[in-house]
Amino acid sequence: MTAPFDTDFGTPARDATMTVTLEIDGLPVTVPAGTSVMRAAALAGIKVPKLCATDTLEAFGSCRLCLVEIEGRKGTPASCTTPAEAGMKVATQTGKLAKLRRGVMELYISDHPLDCLTCAANGDCELQDMAGAVGLRDVRYGFDGENHTKQAKDESNPYFTFDPSKCIVCSRCVRACEEQQGTFALTIEGRGFDSKVSPSANESFLNSECVSCGACVNACPTATLIEKNVIAMGQPERQVLTTCAYCGVGCAFVAELQGDQVVRMTPHKDGKANHGHSCVKGRFAWGYTTHKDRITKPMIRASISEPWREVSWDEAIGHAASEMKRIQAKYGRGSIGGITSSRCTNEETYLVQKMVRAAFGNNNTDTCARVCHSPTGYGLKTAFGTSAGTQDFDSVADADIVMVIGANPTDAHPVFASRMKKRLREGAKLIVIDPRRIDLVRMPHVEASHHLQLRPGTNVAVLNALAHVIATEGLVNEDFVAERCDPIDFKMWRDFVSKPENSPEAVEAVTEVPATELRAAARLFATAGKNAAIYYGLGVTEHSQGTTTVMGMANLAMATGNLGRTGVGVNPLRGQNNVQGACDMGSFPHELPGYRHVSDTVVRGQFEKAWGVTLDAEPGLRIPNMFDAALDGSFKGLYVQGEDIAQSDPNTKHVTAALAAMECVVVQDLFLNETASYAHIFLPGSSFLEKDGTFTNAERRISRVRRAIKPMAGLADWETTMALSNALGYPMRYTHPSEIMDEIARLTPTFTGVSYDLLDKVGSVQWPCNEKAPEGTPVMHLGGFARGKGKFMVTEYVPTDERTGPRFPLLLTTGRILSQYNVGAQSRRTENVVWHDEDVLDIHPHDAENRGIREGDRVALMSRSGETTLRARLSDRVQPGVVYTTFHHPETGANVVTTEYSDWATNCPEYKVTAVEVRATNRWSNWQEENDGFRQLTTRISAAAE
Amino acid sequence: MIRPARHAGPEAWRPELMRELAEALKHVDGPLLPILHSINDRFGYVDERAIPIVAEVLNISRADVHGVVSFYHDFRKAPPKRRVIKICRAEACQSMGGDELYDEVSKACGAGSDVTVEAVYCLGNCALSPVALVDGKIHGRLDTEQALALVRS
Repeated sequence: MTAPFDTDFGTPARDATMTVTLEIDGLPVTVPAGTSVMRAAALAGIKVPKLCATDTLEAFGSCRLCLVEIEGRKGTPASCTTPAEAGMKVATQTGKLAKLRRGVMELYISDHPLDCLTCAANGDCELQDMAGAVGLRDVRYGFDGENHTKQAKDESNPYFTFDPSKCIVCSRCVRACEEQQGTFALTIEGRGFDSKVSPSANESFLNSECVSCGACVNACPTATLIEKNVIAMGQPERQVLTTCAYCGVGCAFVAELQGDQVVRMTPHKDGKANHGHSCVKGRFAWGYTTHKDRITKPMIRASISEPWREVSWDEAIGHAASEMKRIQAKYGRGSIGGITSSRCTNEETYLVQKMVRAAFGNNNTDTCARVCHSPTGYGLKTAFGTSAGTQDFDSVADADIVMVIGANPTDAHPVFASRMKKRLREGAKLIVIDPRRIDLVRMPHVEASHHLQLRPGTNVAVLNALAHVIATEGLVNEDFVAERCDPIDFKMWRDFVSKPENSPEAVEAVTEVPATELRAAARLFATAGKNAAIYYGLGVTEHSQGTTTVMGMANLAMATGNLGRTGVGVNPLRGQNNVQGACDMGSFPHELPGYRHVSDTVVRGQFEKAWGVTLDAEPGLRIPNMFDAALDGSFKGLYVQGEDIAQSDPNTKHVTAALAAMECVVVQDLFLNETASYAHIFLPGSSFLEKDGTFTNAERRISRVRRAIKPMAGLADWETTMALSNALGYPMRYTHPSEIMDEIARLTPTFTGVSYDLLDKVGSVQWPCNEKAPEGTPVMHLGGFARGKGKFMVTEYVPTDERTGPRFPLLLTTGRILSQYNVGAQSRRTENVVWHDEDVLDIHPHDAENRGIREGDRVALMSRSGETTLRARLSDRVQPGVVYTTFHHPETGANVVTTEYSDWATNCPEYKVTAVEVRATNRWSNWQEENDGFRQLTTRISAAAE
Repeated sequence: MIRPARHAGPEAWRPELMRELAEALKHVDGPLLPILHSINDRFGYVDERAIPIVAEVLNISRADVHGVVSFYHDFRKAPPKRRVIKICRAEACQSMGGDELYDEVSKACGAGSDVTVEAVYCLGNCALSPVALVDGKIHGRLDTEQALALVRS
């Protein structure tokens, strides 16, 4: 059921500019044309009884409860399916209607268990409410007739129960699965009296096509589809509006609690990123926040071979500060650094980089965006002048052609994928550029017009070939380019891409994409008068030419005039909740908040004045530089907040050797993650439910995170950083994260207008938010680019040095799966493991056969970096020569295999291309065996001293 | 519509044939019902194992297919027996003894018989009630004896 936070207007809003005025129960109401009578009534404060209608779904007209009388019309039309018309006079309460409604309710209730008092939906049941609303007092038919009240429950899904005995077959769940989620996993089975909601023939919910997004549970007006937690705990008694801490979609959620216990998380209908939709992670997989593995006491140890010792916050912080100072005194100011996290809030990230700059006195601050979207920032800033995506998510509803490159939205950004699929069902065309046949290529009701199944590592060659077709077949939007872009750069670009070596025919051998497909895709993308939008993910950025690919996409969008309005643009799908924010907050060694270079004396002067310190004008170390410096012996101390570099960064053995070479590693996290095995000080972190702050999603949307329960370890992460800074001798005196945001707003031109007051008032805003755009900027570069003229860049294809050969003949590419998230620290500690409890290797049946590998066999996956083992799954989603796995499980350690190669501009690692060999095995790899023992040794906690 | 030849047993389940039938009709306007009919005609029923195949060919969900298959009683869930008689139970036939005809024929063709008896609602031949369809061929003004003679012939 929907959260009590949200009013249900019965049918969706219409955004027509024309309005109509009608009279309902004597009250005049003015609504946009096309609005239903039911919604018009609700807007006037008049509740028309309803069961099958809810405003997240189109009207259906099946329950016959919302009947009204309209002057001059025959009969009693359903108000949900009747559009409001000018001059209409509607009566929602008459004797005739009361009788009809009561009759309908009698029929419903005659086939419904009368167990309201012990029913899980008691207190939150629309059927119960409607029985009250229509004044049901008696059921003339009795309850002994044939009925459905003895039907068996389906409890297969870990998070919700399906109890058909309570079902009124209103089809809300079926429609939610179709309209909102776009999965079509539910249907009404049979007909007439036998009608029943079903996840297909003899399939349980768990084994059906269901993706457990929870839309059906939200839509259900009864206890038929209900959270197991509500069954176990009862109805929540308070609500806190907040933002999901999983992917970069940044869905608005209502945390519903009993005391300090979360009962459920429900998507917020007014959330501007998700509009009331959710996915399995945000909706259900928050159990990690109270998992027994949570560490809630600070701990220290002298060496990593010792067990951890629990200490007070004061001792831990004091020890961390004195160690950092000792290291700096011995090895120099630049011998320590800090890593911010894209999972923490903007305020926390800002504080970490501030502490590094002001208290450590250097610029050795970096963020995990280094290893995911750093090329996005660099590439888009170069082309357009802003390090961010150009659109809001709503923009996809106006796209006519969608190009998805190196992204798998249905798994990694499911809520946005649902919006995209909706648009595709409406007729928008889809081009997918991906080495794998991702679901979007062909899934129920969605089919790509072109799937350019390129060889991993050849993105730039493919984009250049697309550009070649556009430039040489007269498909350039000359007016747009002349008006908006730099003419000299454009000419250089046009000359470059027009060269014969960039033609689809010329690159076919390298990319393995048929030239005819490439040409057709380019022509489709450049269709005149249509909106073409590019959406991309880490399959673009995590390459040695990641930045070049980002620039290549910007070139395509500019050349075809697909920027500066809704329905178009270049849109990064950010991996984590706050990648955009972490970048915005100055987490980079070369940039202060707002992407301003540390060498800029004016900007640096502003920060020096505000912070009362002298700042280093030289960029600091990037994460990979920190590792290299640690191995050289010049980098000895690291503060890592909320990031598990030992699992997530490439070439694990290199990373762990670097960590082992440091004298003080401070890890601040919810769990003893892989990095913590190398740490000397552990500071317990706080989950998103335990603190105030903001996250900035992939569409630059700043949303509030609100504290629902108190920090389990006593301090929120921003308070911990503050304590450390104070102990280091650089005072920070914030009493609430809102004060940190105020400081950010004062110092960052794109954030000038942002405040918690504004966020409370309007819900969320998209930066830039300042005097020119007091309520934010949904679509950027309207009328002109942030940098002035758009800059075309020449994007020469340079093959990666990572090549296949006789020893490593296959290419490994990595990715994410729907039910798990990144290193899995959160999602592995939830019931989501029923869907994915280990990483598996997708290998083409031909490659498997050549190696004698059968489905489910344990296989060794080897590269020049290292070796691990995992189970094989035979799949034709990958082409022969390409294998694929996920990196969610530390036991697999997929990054043991990945290499140190990285993007030329930003050092973003080349996760997506590794030359490997695969062979059947029956034992774990040496790394796995050693790491298993090492983990056991380094995660011991000694009993508390007192 | 192609009907199985009288006395010819329905074909055995073959996934390749199922896919062929679906592929053959996937380009017609509104292809799902024609495909299901074609499967029902060929095999005498729509095997549950056909659902994922049809769904895959048409790029719709398994639930989509299941909803349609289960909506129409004409799409049998199991293979019919050797002979099929569909007896009308709609108003005109009822008034001429259709219900009795149905009950008596059903009783006579119970367990062990090789006749499947199904109810239908109007075959458009009301003037000759009660009516039945025997292996796809219509027969009017039937009594129980005649009906049984037809299915036992």
